[in-house]
Amino acid sequence: MSGKPRLHYVNARGRMEPIRWLLAAAGVEFEEAFLETKDDLKKLQTNGDLLFQQVPMVEIDGMKMVQTRAILNYIAGKYNLYGKDLKERALIDMYVEGLADLNELISSNFFQPADKKEEHLATVMDKAATRYFPVYEKVLKGHGQDFLVGNKLSRADVQLLEIILLVEESKPDILAKFPLLQSFKAKTSNIPNIKKFLQPGSQRKQPIQEKDIPRLMQIFH
Amino acid sequence: MAGKPKLHYTCGRGKMESIRWLLAAAGVEFEEQFIEKNEHLEKLRKDGDLLFQQVPMVEIDGMKMVQTRAILSYIAGKYNLYGKDLKERAWIDMYVEGTTDLMGLIMQLPLQSAEMREKNLALIIERAKTRYFPVYEKALKDHGHDYLVGNKFSWADIHLLEAILMVEECKPDILSAFPQLQAFKGRISNIPTIKKFLQPGSQRKPPADDKYIANVRKIFNI
Repeated sequence: MSGKPRLHYVNARGRMEPIRWLLAAAGVEFEEAFLETKDDLKKLQTNGDLLFQQVPMVEIDGMKMVQTRAILNYIAGKYNLYGKDLKERALIDMYVEGLADLNELISSNFFQPADKKEEHLATVMDKAATRYFPVYEKVLKGHGQDFLVGNKLSRADVQLLEIILLVEESKPDILAKFPLLQSFKAKTSNIPNIKKFLQPGSQRKQPIQEKDIPRLMQIFH
Repeated sequence: MAGKPKLHYTCGRGKMESIRWLLAAAGVEFEEQFIEKNEHLEKLRKDGDLLFQQVPMVEIDGMKMVQTRAILSYIAGKYNLYGKDLKERAWIDMYVEGTTDLMGLIMQLPLQSAEMREKNLALIIERAKTRYFPVYEKALKDHGHDYLVGNKFSWADIHLLEAILMVEECKPDILSAFPQLQAFKGRISNIPTIKKFLQPGSQRKPPADDKYIANVRKIFNI
């Protein structure tokens, strides 16, 4: 038993990606066991490894943790990326939940009918530009610090960078009107653990390709 | 200004109900300002009171908190309902996320077409019986304690009771195969703060009816 956290998921971003980001940002090495077929998922289920029969599942510190948020909360708490007290945690939670909502909106584009995808994506990009990013721009402007909460790197910063990059994949100029988010992106990307994660060959996953969709769908349905 | 927490939402369960449960269980008195028209929502937005232009919003300890989970985590932490350490918190989080998923399915029912509603109701009952309730039944059976985590009352217990009652509204005999959960329901319902919340006249809200849903559609433009 290596002692490293072990991630159980498909070889794709999905709901595991924020967990990969957070571990990487915390400088924690981790292993991955990829589900390649439906049988791989069934095996975990029949072994009783999945509390609610679902992945993500992360083996960490003797637990088989499930539920993305529970896993993220645990990692953030363990590696001091969750603020110094209840009030900082409250701010971090609010910011992180906003980003999770935006992430869900972007992910949901995948499930839109083909003729509605483009329109849906435009709506989502609009929400990013008018509902979400202005909030983080304003927070950074308000205190003038490098990090969102408590003048210290937290999970909120890691997740904000993740989402900025995700949105840019659909709309490269999304940060045009957000100068502080632009410098936030540059600074945060240069933090050594994160810089390493952004390099080719890291465990960061790429966007889903059309050719992979049938195989992934088959695992879960 | 210390004051009581002030909840901003419609006069119905939705995403605010779990927050009402948690405050009530913690013995915290709270006020409510109900959004009855679209104009009320727009005013909150224009006044800059809603970080992401959405409710729930709870004024608490000088903050205008939004995002249901953020609010619940804060209250749980503040009132010692979140376990004694990181590992207990991990278990509480896992259990709460499970009941959140289950209640989330139920919450969507009133907004669906009659056909989808029937299909999803069957799914909810199946999931409750085979995916969710067995987990909590087993947890209680394995350690034999009164509460889910750490032999101490926590957010996970409150959330589970809320979920049980919600599923029972869909299928009254849902707990027939779960003796531990039946006993759990009896015990937790009798905790004085919770007993009070379960009585008529409390701030607990009833299930959504057609009139409420019609108004919700108008307020939120959905």
